[in-house]
Amino acid sequence: MLRLVNVHSGYGLVRVLRNVSIHVDKGEVVTLIGANGAGKTTTLRAISGLQPVQDGQIFFNGRDITNLSAEKLVRYGIAQVPEGRQIFRPMTVAENLELGGYLVYKLHGKRQLRASIDEMFELFPILRERKSQFAGTLSGGEQQMLAIAMSLMGRPQLLLLDEPSMGLAPLIVRDIFKTIAHLNETEGLTVLLVEQNANAALKVAVRGYVMETGRIIYQERADALLENPEVRRAYLGRDKGDIWA
Amino acid sequence: MEYWDQDRECMDREGIAQLQLERLQSTLNRVYKNVQHYRKTFLDIDFMPEDFRSLEDLKALPFITRRNLMENYPYGMFAVPLREVVRLHAPVLNQDDPVVVGFTRHDLKNWAELMARCLTAVGLDKDDVVQVSPTVGVMTGAFGVQLGAERIGASVIPLPGGNTPAQVKIMRDFRTTALIATPTFALGILRSMSDLEMSCNMLSLRYAILGAEPWAEATRTELENRLCLTATDIYSLAEIFGPGVAWECPQKQGLHIAEDHFIPEIIDPETLETLPAGEEGELVITTISKQAFPLIRFRTGEITRIISESCACGRTHCRIARLYRRCDEAFVMQGDRIIPEQVSRVLSRLVGDVPNFQMVVERPGDQDQLTVLIEISEGMFFDEMRKQRRFVEELHREISMSLGWEASVRLVEPGTFDVKQKIVDRREFE
Repeated sequence: MLRLVNVHSGYGLVRVLRNVSIHVDKGEVVTLIGANGAGKTTTLRAISGLQPVQDGQIFFNGRDITNLSAEKLVRYGIAQVPEGRQIFRPMTVAENLELGGYLVYKLHGKRQLRASIDEMFELFPILRERKSQFAGTLSGGEQQMLAIAMSLMGRPQLLLLDEPSMGLAPLIVRDIFKTIAHLNETEGLTVLLVEQNANAALKVAVRGYVMETGRIIYQERADALLENPEVRRAYLGRDKGDIWA
Repeated sequence: MEYWDQDRECMDREGIAQLQLERLQSTLNRVYKNVQHYRKTFLDIDFMPEDFRSLEDLKALPFITRRNLMENYPYGMFAVPLREVVRLHAPVLNQDDPVVVGFTRHDLKNWAELMARCLTAVGLDKDDVVQVSPTVGVMTGAFGVQLGAERIGASVIPLPGGNTPAQVKIMRDFRTTALIATPTFALGILRSMSDLEMSCNMLSLRYAILGAEPWAEATRTELENRLCLTATDIYSLAEIFGPGVAWECPQKQGLHIAEDHFIPEIIDPETLETLPAGEEGELVITTISKQAFPLIRFRTGEITRIISESCACGRTHCRIARLYRRCDEAFVMQGDRIIPEQVSRVLSRLVGDVPNFQMVVERPGDQDQLTVLIEISEGMFFDEMRKQRRFVEELHREISMSLGWEASVRLVEPGTFDVKQKIVDRREFE
């Protein structure tokens, strides 16, 4: 479904991504893990058109989408949930969802928009309860749910999730990942997930890529990466043996 | 038609190409960072892993030979620290420097998966009883077969070579359905059966997976008819895994290479140019999933060609033609790779300087036989008959010991053979 071939990208003179090739098949949850500054977020931004690709190509459903504008990519079915819960805090939950459904309104009209919002309330019942509350007053986990719901309003084929667990309590993180797994199972949603919390990400994903300073160093099935001692040490916290040795 | 991992085995070609590119790029990133030999040879040609754009770029990378592996003994070619290695194999012991190959837990898991694919492709499943005969040690095949057979849930009987009559008995009483062996060993089984006056009806054998040495189609026909089974070929490469690199499906039209783990290339052994698909040349293999001991463009010394047409079994991975010949100065006998240096080392120790010699491999019956012809010179003459005989006996013993099995030695007059030709292989496979 999504295919990156030799993607190079960076900010100004600083090269961040070096020859990144990854792919995501339809219906898969694939995770991209790595340390701070490895280039995970940049990869997502390159896919969603927020970051210029200096070299290489990106294909979505066989179509070359390299350096297309973000607006166009949303229409093609790629939605990104940005890092740090970028919601409109002074607006209500319902208004946020309406904004997320801007394209739905434009293409299919008001009735479809209402239906989509109702669907989101089905998926995230907590949002229905908070419908007329200001988004800024929601808890962190609820804000993250709202951010995901906003991206889902456009019925994307591919969801790019950037650090959904950031700054959330472990219990809430579990809920978020449950939601992702649920969306994948019931709706067949394809997800590319960027995470620092590698342990949780590898449990929900089928495959994973490990990034290090802008390069992919491992690409394996998720269970294999969970067992990989190098990955364990670098991203999953030390083994007990390492601490006591 | 049964598959073990249909998603991977029947992947479309575009998917294979993308997976190969991704895995190769990550392998290059890792070896450049962790293996000094690769870093050095890459720097020599001014190559950085991030310059690697397409599988075509592989052609520009330097080769790895068996000599490189020896030079980097013991840890030089390892891409992970030893604490992450869970298994070490030493497939080459009888040469100047041993070669030791390491495997991480994940490598072994992949090996099990590959062998499971192979066994399933041949037709085995959890109801089968697999008798594994290769000797454990220098031959690493048995480990892989065991991993794979246990993965598919079959019963494994590891019974390293020798005592074929007893093996036949076990084969009968435990209803062995599959035999994993060298073709020579399978012929030995056949002989024991006729000694014991047994026919194939008394056994439950259905499959034989044979390899580790070249064998002819005629041998296949003989074994299939007289043992009443399907015999398929398997290609092993101890520097990579052992068996599990390529294997025949029941179509018997060449050996499928697991392209999601290995990239095969064919080169001209003289010019080292990559040859177009379908042409015959030396097989070069790049591993793209191995963690502990990755090999980039490893020269196998084996002559074959790549068959890219799709196979009737539905697997999309390409095939290699059966392997009968080599292009390096070596031959394979009794499942072991022999090079002339092994003999010259013994000679230089016993004789002083190395006289001209020639190794002749023949197959008079169903067993390979090696004769070492040594050109007689001043230093080998003794006045006493007894001394002379003792000298030849010593040669015979020492050479046989270094090879690990019986070889015959003959002293001949100068001019009896072409001194430039160190190996004469009179066996006929094709």
